Amino acid sequence: MIDVLVIGGGNAALCAALMAREAGASVLLVEASPREWRGGNSQHTRNLRCMHDAPQDVLVEAYPEEEYWQDLLKVTGGLTDEHLARIAIRASSSCRDWMRSHGVHFQPPLSGALHVARTNAFFMGGGKALVNAYFRSAEKLGVHIRYDTPVVSVELDGDRFVAALTAKGERIEARSCVLAAGGFESNREWLSEAWGVNERGERPVENFLIRGTRFNEGVLLKAMIKAGADSIGDPTQAHMVAIDARAPLYDGGICTRIDCVSLGVVVNREAQRFYDEGEDFWPKRYAIWGRLVAQQPGQIGYSIIDRKAIGRFMPPVFPGTVADSLPELARKLGLPEAAFVETINAYNAACRVGTFDHTALDDCHTEGLAPAKTHWARPIDTPPYYGYALRPGVTFTYLGLRVNDQSAVHFNGRPCPNLFVAGEMMAGNVLGKGYTAGVGMAIGTAFGRIAGTQAAKAASTLKEARHAIA
Amino acid sequence: MQSLDALTREAASLASGGGRAVIPILSEREAEVGRQMQICNACRYCEGFCAVFPAMTRRLEFGRADIHYLANLCHNCGACLHACQYAPPHEFAVNVPRAMAEVRGQTYADYAWPPALGKLYQRNGLTLSLALAAGLALFLMLAVALKGTLWGVPLQGNFYNLFPHNLLVSLFGPVFVFVAVALGMGVTRFWRELKPATSGASVSVSAAAEATDAVLRLKYLDGGHGKGCHDEDDAYTLRRRRFHHFTFYGFLLCFAATSVATLYHYILGWHAPYELPSLPKLLGVVGGVSLMIGTGGLWRLNRRRHALQSDAAQKPMDLGFIALLFLTSASGLALWLGRGTPALALLLCLHLGAVMALFATLPYGKFAHGIFRSAALLRHAVEKRQPNRLQLGSD
Repeated sequence: MIDVLVIGGGNAALCAALMAREAGASVLLVEASPREWRGGNSQHTRNLRCMHDAPQDVLVEAYPEEEYWQDLLKVTGGLTDEHLARIAIRASSSCRDWMRSHGVHFQPPLSGALHVARTNAFFMGGGKALVNAYFRSAEKLGVHIRYDTPVVSVELDGDRFVAALTAKGERIEARSCVLAAGGFESNREWLSEAWGVNERGERPVENFLIRGTRFNEGVLLKAMIKAGADSIGDPTQAHMVAIDARAPLYDGGICTRIDCVSLGVVVNREAQRFYDEGEDFWPKRYAIWGRLVAQQPGQIGYSIIDRKAIGRFMPPVFPGTVADSLPELARKLGLPEAAFVETINAYNAACRVGTFDHTALDDCHTEGLAPAKTHWARPIDTPPYYGYALRPGVTFTYLGLRVNDQSAVHFNGRPCPNLFVAGEMMAGNVLGKGYTAGVGMAIGTAFGRIAGTQAAKAASTLKEARHAIA
Repeated sequence: MQSLDALTREAASLASGGGRAVIPILSEREAEVGRQMQICNACRYCEGFCAVFPAMTRRLEFGRADIHYLANLCHNCGACLHACQYAPPHEFAVNVPRAMAEVRGQTYADYAWPPALGKLYQRNGLTLSLALAAGLALFLMLAVALKGTLWGVPLQGNFYNLFPHNLLVSLFGPVFVFVAVALGMGVTRFWRELKPATSGASVSVSAAAEATDAVLRLKYLDGGHGKGCHDEDDAYTLRRRRFHHFTFYGFLLCFAATSVATLYHYILGWHAPYELPSLPKLLGVVGGVSLMIGTGGLWRLNRRRHALQSDAAQKPMDLGFIALLFLTSASGLALWLGRGTPALALLLCLHLGAVMALFATLPYGKFAHGIFRSAALLRHAVEKRQPNRLQLGSD
């Protein structure tokens, strides 16, 4: 029998497998996807939010524990567990040497990312390079890896893990187990249950795109909750971003985002504006726009800019719709022409242009317009005009399993002795709401490593107990 | 044939006018690089690997010159392919090393001088290289055999007794001059296209020093972290970089050996053959051995390269060049070791055939990559010193 079974193939699963193996356990890692799609959502990540009290290799200045914690408190609106959050925060300050020892490379931040050099360490090549390095290191250390092996449920003896059952009906026994199989964001049926039918009689989920892996079906998460495991996080909530409507249904990742919202206006299908596009810096606002677009008729929005904005935002993955006049743009985008022109004219007339500066909360704003645009408001009057259709893009879901500081799965408030959970399947303990760059990887790394260590310990305790009896 | 995508883009550009530059019609391969760069530019996870991605981030659109520039900056290290979340089987099918390699091969032909000979790139395969070397060697053997001196006639170890010095000079001199002119003209055409697209600024001393350093150390085969590049899988390895160093510096040492020998001959009046520990012989032996090790290694790595990572159509050109370099160094060393044996004449014919074939194919084969890439690296070193006109804010 194998000592530790790790279910999943993303960052948390790999951290758990590596730690368990380093602790001397025999480890089997089963990944639901084929090899070429391995790594879950981790393959789309880019960095790790790191606490540090002084400049450290790729990190500048300092990002102390308290500031990190306050940032987390702010983005989650208090939906977090301070004890667990501080564990993840502290772990983030010391895990990089371990990561490097398994082949992960960090890069000095370049070009567009300088402003996060203080808080985030960037993986060279991004998350897929990290996943590749971990898999390679795991193979070298003798972790057994099986692809194309989705697990549908676990067999329990009371609160003790006994075996995992795969989709093909195979039963895999192990002395202990780490669940790290992700959230349920690619399970459209489940998302649809959560979102239901809106007041217009639409099923909004039908127009949602999934930014990450198609393999996060949440089957195991659902099975665990059904088996009575304690859950945490709002099952109806998901992190959502406004992304290019032409993005693929799955795995669009980072490049499908549209970053010009704050430089222009956004209208809905009826050519009406619906929110302050200039409320705050875009990195602080992009996450609310997914939900805003999801609330619009047909779950679609249109980001409209003119030539003045070109060269001031990260280039979108697909070329925008271009026109030399506003009516032409409306026609090309399929928007009601008269209403569109009226909306833009009203906005243009309301603009009070001061000194435009998109690197600061500038004084360009609208007056007497509802909703207002409070910064970066400049008339849209310089052809060519560009339009980008936006759809809600789901990044991850918040529902997970409740854990303690050993990352153990709980039943009725009591921790399992040999069943642990890590990554997106428990991130909701720390991140009940909201998001900030690199925090998912920080949680996944910290609790993945804890879960792996604890699983190895549980397996060895079990073996010793058997020996004692023998 | 131009792609539908390129046509559409041009049509859209023409239709909307509005003060934007019209994108020249791109070839299908160029349009593919443009398509992929648009995706990469919206992602940028790979910006730490090499020079291609930082150069890309200074652009929003990718015209012909930009694409040629980026294609020649790419060292085919493979890092961005293995790290890519959009690589096949993803529907975006991003494979930058291959797309770049396909355009790169095309640029060698596009900028070749004289232009008509650019077509030779497509025919410059392994078989052709070896056939040329064999043909030339045979021709020499035939000539020598007709004189009755191909085997066993004592030459006192002196090959000038077979091919007089002046004959060799008159054979190799013009070829060498042609090679230099053809490559010089080609890279000048390339430079003229790239310069306006890369800030138009002139070369500074520091830019030249940086580019030289990048060339001599093969900086962009180090993966950005010093662990190297990819061959058959996602493991980083320094093998390719090291074997390339053996090859490159071996070639330089052999070239130095010839140069020193030329000086000895004309200035000091010391005539070949030189023996150890003379400088030409020392340089030649070390260079030859190094070249054999390097090309042997590169051959093996080339054969094992991940299928997605390269342009299969260019393998014959790569292997042809590697084989000729190997043959040149191996036959050169054999000639030295066999100088006192009856095989001297035969070995000499083989060696001269290989050298002649190598030189004849230099301007229209893999050798061009060193010239074009060095030029691209120099333009990159110049361009990165200019202020970036884009202010993209944050990502």
